[in-house]
Amino acid sequence: MTTRPVKIYVPCDAAAGSVGADEVAHEIERIAGCGDTDVTIIRNGTRGMLWLEPLIEVETPKGRMAYGPVTPDDVEDLFEAGFLDGRAHTLAHGPTEDIPYFARQERLTFARCGLTDPLSLTDYEAHGGLAGLRKALASTPQAIVETVTESGLRGRGGAGFPTGIKWQTALAQEADQKYICANADEGDSGTFADRILMEGDPFCLLEGMVIAGLAVGATVGYIYIRSEYPLAIATMRRAIDIWQETGLLGPDIDGSGQAFDIHVRKGAGAYICGEETSMLESLEGKRGQIKVKPPIPAIEGLFGQPTIINNVLTLASVPIIMSKGAGFYKNYGQGRSLGTQAFQLGGDIACGGLVEKAFGVTMRELVEGFGGGTHSGKAIRTVQAGGPLGAYVPASEFDMEMDYEKMSEADAMLGHGGLVIFSKDVNMAAQARFAMKFCEIESCGKCTPCRIGSQRGKEILDKIIAGENIDDNLIILDDICELMEKGSLCAMGGLTPMPVRSAIRHFREDFEG
Amino acid sequence: MVTVLQSSHSRIRQICAGYDNRPDALIEILHDVQDEAGFLAKEALVEIADALNISRADIHGVVTFYHDFRLVPLDGPDIRICRAEACQAVGAECLATHAAKTCDTKITAAYCLGNCALGPAVMMDGKLYGRVDAERFNQLLKQRGET
Repeated sequence: MTTRPVKIYVPCDAAAGSVGADEVAHEIERIAGCGDTDVTIIRNGTRGMLWLEPLIEVETPKGRMAYGPVTPDDVEDLFEAGFLDGRAHTLAHGPTEDIPYFARQERLTFARCGLTDPLSLTDYEAHGGLAGLRKALASTPQAIVETVTESGLRGRGGAGFPTGIKWQTALAQEADQKYICANADEGDSGTFADRILMEGDPFCLLEGMVIAGLAVGATVGYIYIRSEYPLAIATMRRAIDIWQETGLLGPDIDGSGQAFDIHVRKGAGAYICGEETSMLESLEGKRGQIKVKPPIPAIEGLFGQPTIINNVLTLASVPIIMSKGAGFYKNYGQGRSLGTQAFQLGGDIACGGLVEKAFGVTMRELVEGFGGGTHSGKAIRTVQAGGPLGAYVPASEFDMEMDYEKMSEADAMLGHGGLVIFSKDVNMAAQARFAMKFCEIESCGKCTPCRIGSQRGKEILDKIIAGENIDDNLIILDDICELMEKGSLCAMGGLTPMPVRSAIRHFREDFEG
Repeated sequence: MVTVLQSSHSRIRQICAGYDNRPDALIEILHDVQDEAGFLAKEALVEIADALNISRADIHGVVTFYHDFRLVPLDGPDIRICRAEACQAVGAECLATHAAKTCDTKITAAYCLGNCALGPAVMMDGKLYGRVDAERFNQLLKQRGET
């Protein structure tokens, strides 16, 4: 038995908590309390290897050793096996950072996630935090915008708009007040990277927002977080308090004389509020109905003022771009998709979790190489890429390279980087119907193609599923899809046809009774 | 009865004042009131409208737009089963059917709970659970009944 003090890491992340991490932490505390070793439990973020959660790590002279998935009933056994010294056990995986799933990633945005105590500013600085902000404080707004432009960073929410161009637009506006809004309304099924970052490295988002504020001359920021993420909301609020107490937020950031404040706003269960104009309405306390663009928010956004709206991961990528330089960042990726993307593997997948890789990795590498096939053990039939508005990709197209352009060429989309895996049991006509039903439920109701098109689309799919005039009804369905794509005001109605049409294109047999 | 109403009115005033009676904080205020009272009573909405100086119609529009808000109390625990694609892929529909049969209370569908690698996901009174099959669902309900 070891006599040195031991640190044990047990993730506080909501996904880890959903399979018993809190209970495991309590059990470790209880048993450690009976022993002689001085044990400290640190609640870190998740490493993103969610199928191993609760994944606990023990700090040893040989590095952090991983054990998982651990149940409260395993804890006593782990103590007896000598896990405090990193000894072998059936749940042991050796050094965490040598686990191939983790070792083969390129962690830039998520470099600290899972490594540190999310709310320890000391940990944050010790692992490269604040370096980007300090460079930004010593820089000019134009120089910051140029660095971000040069890095090639594009919007990670799904649209992929060049971040630097958006910032340049806002910087050019003369206004009494400008705003930075972090879009944390991560509503796409199959995506959870924003949540993992906010729960596991909240200061990184704050740092990105402050840098954005310095770049465009904004002094107030809002983080709009969906209400389904109570832990992320609580963590971000606590993180803001800590930064206010230490002077990293407020009237005089880090003694620079520059001001920035951040507020958290909680969503209320409307998927559409992830659309930027709808989010602005919601931030103003209104119904989350979308607005027609132009004017674009960078010119006329929140309360009519120039507003930068960026996804959580876009903003969280800015600190490392500032600290290591645009050249470092754009060295990853390919073509016009530079840097890294946080891919998220969900659904029927053996090794689900977060994989940060440079753009260009193939879907096969993610789904088979990292994901290890299905959880159910059945053959994979399709992957839905990019959330509920994304295409269903058949197994024959898994060699698709994951970047904005390549996926678009294949009539698919990257979206927020979520991949939902389905086994051979899936019925694609039912999935197409669900896409229409989801649009019906979540449409804001402003434009007719989305509001009515989704209802008629669902009804026609009901007829097709019932075997009524299948060929004729498929023609009508295609017509509705065309109308929704071309006539909707935003991506909700405009992209709902993508899963429907891809399902018909690749899996026609499921629509033929 | 009158005293109860008055005290709840002053509590609502207090919540609104905590946000400087700003109309843009309406959604936060509605969350706070619902978290305390369990639902949004008509009287509460009148009070909020008055405090923020906005119309009752505007508030009605907001309350009915967002899925989170309810005008009547829940008749039991707040149970949400994730019914989005990632959970569908691992049997969320079977779980929902099972839950509807075994549970007396109304179960809400969620899209999505953000636990897509460990589905089917369920949220009970704000606590997230993963890998919930019918058996685990029954256990969770039982545990909840015991606490």
